Amino acid sequence: MAAATTGAAKSKWAVANTLVLIYALVPVLWIVSLSFKPASSIGDGNFIPREWTLENYTQVFGVSLFTSALVNSIGIAIIATVLAVVIGTMAAYAIARLRFPGKGLLVGVSLLIAMFPPISLVSPLFDIERAIGLFDTWPGLILPYITFSLPLAIYTLSAFFREIPWELEKAAKMDGATPLQAFRSVIVPLAAPGVFTTAILVFIFCWNDFLFAISLTSTERSQTATVAIANFTGASEFAEPTGSIAAAAVLLTIPIIFFVLFFQRRIVAGLTSGAVKG
Amino acid sequence: MAVQSSAPAAEAATAPADGHRQGKPQLSEGARAERRLAFLLCAPAVFIMVAVTAYPIGYAIWLSLQRYDLRFPADQAFAGLSNYVVVLTSGYWWSAFLVTLLITVISVAIEFVLGLALALVMHRTIVGRGLTRTVVLIPYGIVTVVAAFSWQFAWTPDTGYLAALLPDGSAPLTGQASAIALIILAEVWKTTPFMALLLLAGLALVPDDLLKAAQVDGAGPWQRLTQIILPMMKPAILVALLFRTLDAFRIFDNIYILTGGSNGTGSVSMLGYNNLFRAFNLGIGSAISVLIFIAVAIIAFIFIKLFGAAAPGSDPDGRR
Repeated sequence: MAAATTGAAKSKWAVANTLVLIYALVPVLWIVSLSFKPASSIGDGNFIPREWTLENYTQVFGVSLFTSALVNSIGIAIIATVLAVVIGTMAAYAIARLRFPGKGLLVGVSLLIAMFPPISLVSPLFDIERAIGLFDTWPGLILPYITFSLPLAIYTLSAFFREIPWELEKAAKMDGATPLQAFRSVIVPLAAPGVFTTAILVFIFCWNDFLFAISLTSTERSQTATVAIANFTGASEFAEPTGSIAAAAVLLTIPIIFFVLFFQRRIVAGLTSGAVKG
Repeated sequence: MAVQSSAPAAEAATAPADGHRQGKPQLSEGARAERRLAFLLCAPAVFIMVAVTAYPIGYAIWLSLQRYDLRFPADQAFAGLSNYVVVLTSGYWWSAFLVTLLITVISVAIEFVLGLALALVMHRTIVGRGLTRTVVLIPYGIVTVVAAFSWQFAWTPDTGYLAALLPDGSAPLTGQASAIALIILAEVWKTTPFMALLLLAGLALVPDDLLKAAQVDGAGPWQRLTQIILPMMKPAILVALLFRTLDAFRIFDNIYILTGGSNGTGSVSMLGYNNLFRAFNLGIGSAISVLIFIAVAIIAFIFIKLFGAAAPGSDPDGRR
């Protein structure tokens, strides 16, 4: 296998990577470019700005709501992701591994929830949250986020749990571990690729949600960054907020990059560094 | 919903602490403990999903059976299935349905091939792996509305770099075919990373030893892909295709920003939105939502049937 790591193979992968980077980044760079263009030349159609300015960014932070919205977005997305992944992992383990009545029903119903068009659910949700005082609070957004990301979490996780070599769990039980211990110390590390994949997807779902956020929040207490962007106006009454929207989108993408950077290495770590070798 | 495949012979060898046999009135201690654990593990998920969605979904279905127009609230009355008749006999619904179906089929097909290619690069590349994986996911991480807006800006004559590449006087967002193509492009660019990430996690489950053994036995790259990698990834492929299709069929943001649904580019979700929030016709709007739901349910059912035992919730097949 020494041949696989020669310079030729390396440059082959370098070409493949470059193609991937171009595919992913050119449209992103266009947004970055818009974010650095001054209002006077934002509509000139140049991919690379003729003049550069930071005014769009200063304007974004000039909007008083934006900073609090950023804090809300980060807090809500992280809490919802952790809870959805934990709850989803528990249910997916049962679905993939245990025999119990009602399993088919659970799998089916959770998929039905993922299928219902959310636009017709926000009005009744608004009514409920107003009635029980959850409207415009963090839990008021966290609960729907968990709910609507659970189906994906359960499906992804149980798909991966099925592929795990069960002998290891049995060996752990034979060594005296309880089912719960076997779950925690054998299955969870092996399921890491599925778990972290799910975490990334759920986080992005919560981070980018607009529909629930605009319907279920109203003040800086819980308004998220996507809603803050939608409320942007231009520098003057007549200016389009294109530049500041682009700048805000760039700022909103940075936490995603860190989050993915942090978790992506775990996607293979689960199986290559674990006990399954050999 | 889930396919309860009958347990294959291999099952007997690996089935956990038995007691599942039919016709046995008493469950063994082990089976009862297993059942208790299963209920405990599922309880939080079931509780939260029911608590948050039972009333809204029930309410939407109830609304779809009402004559309920916010402009004439006094006229509210039970209307049976008449809203459904109105929608299903309307040309708007069927043209939106066809557009949605077209966008869904084409974009999911492209995304699967492209996503698999991206996943293979992310999985096997030997240079800059962390960077590649992170960058691939950026399109998915960008706020959809803003991404759509930047495409709209890019394709509009005078303001966009892409429009500048086209012959003078062309405005691709104003023709039906070209606009749909651009909607698909925006959708594919945005959501292929979702597919790629799920497929990547599936790839991580294919043991390297197995691939090496196949290589030694003389299997070429294509054979290894189709004979080993893809079959082993079946569960991951099912989840990726299923959830992407469900989402693609409800496409809204991209169309809303790119064309606003003009020139015959509106999707069924746009139709639902326009009836609910523009025309304030809650009865018709809810009926459209329920119909979208039914259409999506049929698609999901077909997928799960096609994938059979690879579907979550079907009996574990004791894979080793």
